[in-house]
Amino acid sequence: MPNIVFRQANKRYDERVENYVFKGLDLNIRKGEFTVLVGPSGCGKSTLLRMIAGLESVSGGELLFDGVRVNELPPVARGVAMVFQNYALYAHMTVYDNIGFSLKIAGLPKAERHRLIVDAARQLQLEELLQRKPAQLSGGQRQRVAIGRAIVRAPKAFLFDEPLSNLDTNLRGQMRTEIAQLHRKVGITTVYVTHDQVEAMTLADRIAVLSRNGLEQFGTPDELFDMPANVFVAGFIGSHRMNLIPVDAAHSPLLEHLTGQTHAQIAAQGVGTIGARPEDLQLVGGEGAGVQLVERLGAESLVHLELPGVPGAVSVLSTDRGLAFGQRRALQLDRRHLHRFDAQGQRLKP
Amino acid sequence: MSASRTSAGSRQVAASVLHTALLVLAAIVFAYPLLFMFAAGFKPGDAIFTELGSPTALIPDARWSLDNYRAVFEKGSIGAYLLNSGLIALVGVVGGIFINSAVAFALAKLEWRGRGLVLSLVIAILIVPFEVLAIPLLLIVSKLPWFDVASGSLTTGWLDTLHVQIVPFLANAFCVFLFYQFFKDVPDELVEAGRMDGAGALTIYFRLVMPVCKPVIVTAAIILFLGMWNQYLWPVMTVHTSGARPVMVGLQQYFGRTTQWGEIMAYASLITLPVLLFFLLFQKHFIRSVVGAGIKG
Repeated sequence: MPNIVFRQANKRYDERVENYVFKGLDLNIRKGEFTVLVGPSGCGKSTLLRMIAGLESVSGGELLFDGVRVNELPPVARGVAMVFQNYALYAHMTVYDNIGFSLKIAGLPKAERHRLIVDAARQLQLEELLQRKPAQLSGGQRQRVAIGRAIVRAPKAFLFDEPLSNLDTNLRGQMRTEIAQLHRKVGITTVYVTHDQVEAMTLADRIAVLSRNGLEQFGTPDELFDMPANVFVAGFIGSHRMNLIPVDAAHSPLLEHLTGQTHAQIAAQGVGTIGARPEDLQLVGGEGAGVQLVERLGAESLVHLELPGVPGAVSVLSTDRGLAFGQRRALQLDRRHLHRFDAQGQRLKP
Repeated sequence: MSASRTSAGSRQVAASVLHTALLVLAAIVFAYPLLFMFAAGFKPGDAIFTELGSPTALIPDARWSLDNYRAVFEKGSIGAYLLNSGLIALVGVVGGIFINSAVAFALAKLEWRGRGLVLSLVIAILIVPFEVLAIPLLLIVSKLPWFDVASGSLTTGWLDTLHVQIVPFLANAFCVFLFYQFFKDVPDELVEAGRMDGAGALTIYFRLVMPVCKPVIVTAAIILFLGMWNQYLWPVMTVHTSGARPVMVGLQQYFGRTTQWGEIMAYASLITLPVLLFFLLFQKHFIRSVVGAGIKG
């Protein structure tokens, strides 16, 4: 199992154009770690994964597996296996042949091949389906075959490219659990791409948050949630988007309502944006804010409130089922849960 | 309300009847010459013309016989010519499928410098008629060397051979384009999965991509088969002896030697049957592929 390191890595598709997907990227994925690459569409997370796989070239800098440069190695020589978004199963082959194809290419004897295929099928409960073609399988079963095709090679690392995005919500949850269990069982270095931050938070040992500007933050789910490095991560990580309030005159009533300080007083401390998670805000009796919308989520509701004369809404997670449009409440926040960012959007230490 | 519904219903029925009538008419226009040819092949020469306008012209009666077919085989070398055309078509189809699909695969799925330029050239070749290329091609093939297996020696010039009717036509711009269109729709992830599994470009082409291309293979096979089987101008220019003569040139020669229309029709029927059989066997795949590729005749 390698650790995977990007050292000052660049990626651009056209060598003649100064248009980089990544520039000077440093990323260290530890051995056996489940790393999730997360970010909005077009941020380059799949490109990064494909660079690890060898399906995309590294335009500059180095990609190291266990300290050995692999920039020039073809995919198969890197010893990694990849599960694709649309499974990429070979439609004309049975499940058995799909799982065993790489072993056949590698020239393994038939008996050895059979043993490994059956073993992989057993791990993924595919034994009954070995003679079926992919068209005869459900989405979840196809996903398992794709994983089977990856694990049968005993790879040094697993790469998953949005593997659950084609499944319905229930199946996605089930497959997520299976992938987590598989990782725990085999303990292989895993890099997993998703745009779903819930998937990222539940699966990852560490998460790399990417944006169009490159790597924004790399840390554990708790680190990212509790101490987002900048406004982008703060807004991206979390089931419910963090309230990000610009420190300016227009938002002064809201800032005063939450912090007890005017925008000028807050700005004097070098703060450009104030952040508060909906989970950390409480609704109490008062007249300060009016309920604009209540999104019922089951046990909780996401309540959107507006302050008179203040642009935008503040969202609060509440268990109060009596809330309805037009009611008035006051907002309360434990200052310890306040996030402060400078004018450039970088986190300020308390 | 009900009256308008009834009138809409009758309009629908009328449209359906008109549609069916047009289809039947089109079928008659296309099928009648073929049926006439097959029927005439079984009739004595005089009966063909006396029954020309009769509705019973296509219905077998007591005068129908295999005499014309017997005469065709006795008087001409149709057996040898059919064999020549069969060989030319078989090698042309098999070789053409591999060569054209391989070019298309390289254009659609492999990264290499000049790919766009080559694709443009292929498309440009599509609009060049064969008649423009025929003379330069004749000059080229008349100077090309060939290793003659029978004599074990190197000869110059390909004229009067079977291979002169095959090799220049293996690469077919239309077939390359047809395969290219199909391969472009094959997900790149399939190729990438193959690369991750350790397969090289050839293995991916043969074992992963070609097996999922049956409809387009059948379409290309039909196009190549028709081209090879129907060759006329090129064999007239390059083949002057009977040893390598294809059946189309044989028909022209036979036509020049006889005035028996029944025999000519029998000859024509014999050379039409393989094409019809080939098409009927694979028409399902052919239609699927042509519809999928958005190609109109």
